[in-house]
Amino acid sequence: MNFWYFLTALTLLSASMVILSKNPIHSVLYLVFTFFCISGHYVLLNAQFLMAVNIVVYAGAIMVLFLFVIMMMDLSKNSPDSKSTLTKLAGAILGGTLLVILIAASRKVDLKDVKPIDAQTGMVEGLGQILYRDYVLPFELVSILFFVAMVGAVMLGKREAGERNF
Amino acid sequence: MTMLTDFGYILLFIIAAIVFVAVILFLAKLIRPNRPNEEKLTTYESGEEPDGNANVRFNIRFYVVALIFILFDVEIIFLFPWATVFGNKRLIAETDGLWGWFSLVEMFVFVGVLLIGLAYAWIKGHLDWVRPEVKTTEYESKIPTSLYDKINQKYSQ
Repeated sequence: MNFWYFLTALTLLSASMVILSKNPIHSVLYLVFTFFCISGHYVLLNAQFLMAVNIVVYAGAIMVLFLFVIMMMDLSKNSPDSKSTLTKLAGAILGGTLLVILIAASRKVDLKDVKPIDAQTGMVEGLGQILYRDYVLPFELVSILFFVAMVGAVMLGKREAGERNF
Repeated sequence: MTMLTDFGYILLFIIAAIVFVAVILFLAKLIRPNRPNEEKLTTYESGEEPDGNANVRFNIRFYVVALIFILFDVEIIFLFPWATVFGNKRLIAETDGLWGWFSLVEMFVFVGVLLIGLAYAWIKGHLDWVRPEVKTTEYESKIPTSLYDKINQKYSQ
């Protein structure tokens, strides 16, 4: 339990550093650290597979995309001070609404009915048994989904003729 | 002292790695001579003088490579649970060896469909690195080359 407090404090600290740091590259690196902290939470919740997914996909792949997007935008001109009051207000309303929804949803949670779960639920073996026995067809369809996503991404990202290179 | 879980050991390993690196770097700082000058402190760019900010716009074609990387990364995730049940002795014994072949073929189909996507991107040429075209001028000078040769000969003596 003590470790949980330490990990939560670390997560909140690094998450707030994401929005507080002026350099967007630093923000992304803090976000990577936040994802690692959340992976630690997954371990405490006995969800080892989610931890692996979180590190490999989020801290690895999604963060690469974030860095690419940041490097593709010309951020030297776009300083944080250039945001208008309207943008700040809209952002505050959006974030506040999300916070209210999260709090309202967590207040509705009734912990009395929760049954003690099987300790093997979050393990990779359990998922493998279910995925390759009961859900073989959806699993194969996922590969079709990936295929469509790949072709679509490549189509959208392709160079137009006569486009400037750099 | 409570008993350490298996992930507690992993945490210990992470902490040990950080401490080890910190100690080694601190020792190196104590031992090494410290004589910085401006030349040593500049960013190394293959001998070129660094000019401007490195934070420039990246080409969109890197993005396509990153997207393909993400899809294969997500595919790797599906290989984790597969690896745990693929060689399951009990399942193989129950199905008389059929389970191993079934799961192997299943995964080959899965990876194969994604390889079709990669092949598509490759054949369509989205993975090709577009080289900048070298522009040659079509202007033809009215002065013949022999005139230059004459001048060179005249002044080379």
